[in-house]
Amino acid sequence: MAELPNPQENLSLDTFLRGLWTENPVFAMLLGMCPVLAVTNSTMNAIAMGLATTFVLVCSSLLISLLRNWIPKQVRIASYIIIIATFVTIVDYGIQAISLELYAALGAFIQLIVVNCVILGRAEAYASKQRLHTTLVNSLGMGAGFTIALLALGTVREILGSGSILGVALFGEGFQPWVVMILPPGGFFVLGAWLLLFNWLRLRKERKVMEQSGVAANAG
Amino acid sequence: MQDESLYFIFLNAAVVNNFVLALFLGICPFLGVSAKKDTAWNMGLAVIFVMLVSSMSAYGINWLLTELDLLFLRLICYIAVIASAVQLVEMFVKRYSPALFRSLGIFLPLITTNCAILGLALFQTAKEYDFIQSLIYALGAGAGFMLALMLMAGLREKLELARVPSVSQGAAMSLMLAGLLSLAFMGFAGLGGSHG
Amino acid sequence: MSIKVELQTQSQPGPGTQVAPSWPMLRTLAGIAILSGLLVVLVYQATKPIITENERILTEQAVFEVLPGAVSKVDFVLTEQGLAPAGEGAVGMAVFVGFGADAELRGVAFPGAARGYQDVIQFLFGYDPACECIVGSKVLRSTETPGLGDKIDTDPVFLENFVALDASLNPAGTALANPIVLVAHGTKTAPWQIDGISGATISGKAMARAANDAAERFVPSIRRDLAKLAAAAP
Repeated sequence: MAELPNPQENLSLDTFLRGLWTENPVFAMLLGMCPVLAVTNSTMNAIAMGLATTFVLVCSSLLISLLRNWIPKQVRIASYIIIIATFVTIVDYGIQAISLELYAALGAFIQLIVVNCVILGRAEAYASKQRLHTTLVNSLGMGAGFTIALLALGTVREILGSGSILGVALFGEGFQPWVVMILPPGGFFVLGAWLLLFNWLRLRKERKVMEQSGVAANAG
Repeated sequence: MQDESLYFIFLNAAVVNNFVLALFLGICPFLGVSAKKDTAWNMGLAVIFVMLVSSMSAYGINWLLTELDLLFLRLICYIAVIASAVQLVEMFVKRYSPALFRSLGIFLPLITTNCAILGLALFQTAKEYDFIQSLIYALGAGAGFMLALMLMAGLREKLELARVPSVSQGAAMSLMLAGLLSLAFMGFAGLGGSHG
Repeated sequence: MSIKVELQTQSQPGPGTQVAPSWPMLRTLAGIAILSGLLVVLVYQATKPIITENERILTEQAVFEVLPGAVSKVDFVLTEQGLAPAGEGAVGMAVFVGFGADAELRGVAFPGAARGYQDVIQFLFGYDPACECIVGSKVLRSTETPGLGDKIDTDPVFLENFVALDASLNPAGTALANPIVLVAHGTKTAPWQIDGISGATISGKAMARAANDAAERFVPSIRRDLAKLAAAAP
């Protein structure tokens, strides 16, 4: 995050979109990998985890942005952690109230949102310096980016590993599910494959740019 | 409530349900610090140490909060106490053993945000382990973390000499390797399953 | 207020940092601690009745699933002295007595657990005193391999074993007459044997062990206190 916008950024479309692509917390910055790998064995879990993380991210960023002038520098990390832990506890009880089955499926990973580096990273790098409305938009973007990444893994793993999507079977009786994909190794493989795809796209783009500039140089 | 043998708890935490390769805890340091074997070794030591400390504090907090009937504060207390415990340990080590501090020093603060540590505290509470069981569980989890880290570092050191296609360099390659390791660790799953 | 104390230890400036006036730091941390405590307690109070209700529905569903014909349940706990109604200071493992629409005792559901392939598997078994057998089973929590180990909860042929699994007691009424065991597929000869399942050998064995241990623990007390249980009809 070298190009950190500081001092205060003006609200633009980019404030939101950055979280989706160029600074996508999972695919571009490789943050918060634990829940990404652990709970993405079905689409439903991925959606629930994404929404829970987004909620914590947005709420804690807002509160931190609101309090940014009152929190002394020396105790800021401690304050951030307490604020984040508060919202995680709230989400924890909220999910238990909504559905205990979902709660059982996500297990300890809801409480582990506390140590998700995306949230602390955002608090430190963005919310503690920016105004309320830009923080809101930016954290929504980051949350959406995180959710999309979870979905990208969750759907692929559910389709390959159980032959279904959101519990609805996609293939006929003859489909033999690729069980390893919903087991732990599958998480590593699918995330690795996504990164390979993104690397390939990036390299191809770079090569195109190089070729074009080469052509331009020759012509000149 | 739990009557599992200590041997089994250790084995379970170290290989069967390895924190990194089966439960996906502590992936960040696993990918970040696994490039060299000696840093991996130091990181592993630091993690085992911190796990023991936080396991003990988590046991204490859980007992205290159960007595006071304040269980909804558990998560907040765990994270606050683990973070301060790590800081205290860091100061203590720096004061009394500068040599150890030099080898562990930079890794200690990193560990606070390692989800394996908080995960350990949460799991030992969920499994209702007693004090000794908790300690053994922490030891097993730490050993398992170290094992995974060392294996990964060994693989990556070898890989530096190999010619890898440019597309798959970096994190993608590490993840594929981790996937293979995780696949291998699945073979441990039946260990101890069929006794009795 | 325990958080506040811990926070203060954490807020001490580490070696090397400038010593700043501590009053604003304390004020901030105390303020945040109070705020967070307030929020958490509010949410806890608001969600607690819903969560308790959810838990009740979930157990009820499980109990009715393992006890065919049951429409209501009464909770008991297994204490040192035998079965006692839950909620009167009695401590022990929970047992659920199921009653049919006619207030007749339909059976008793009790928990069982055993180490499976990956981790401990938790079950709920339904026991019918009329036929002295286990009439239903349900996996409550398992991390068994999908497609292999989890067959113990989905394979209809395997689950046939638990429709009338013999759990009769010895003449003295202290233990099972015949231990519940898993046998190789196709070699089941006695009603207390469980026909094995290929692909889920270890999980199947775990299930047999859990059923046997749970029956050994609960069935003698259930038989002894049967009149008491039947009298508890809602």
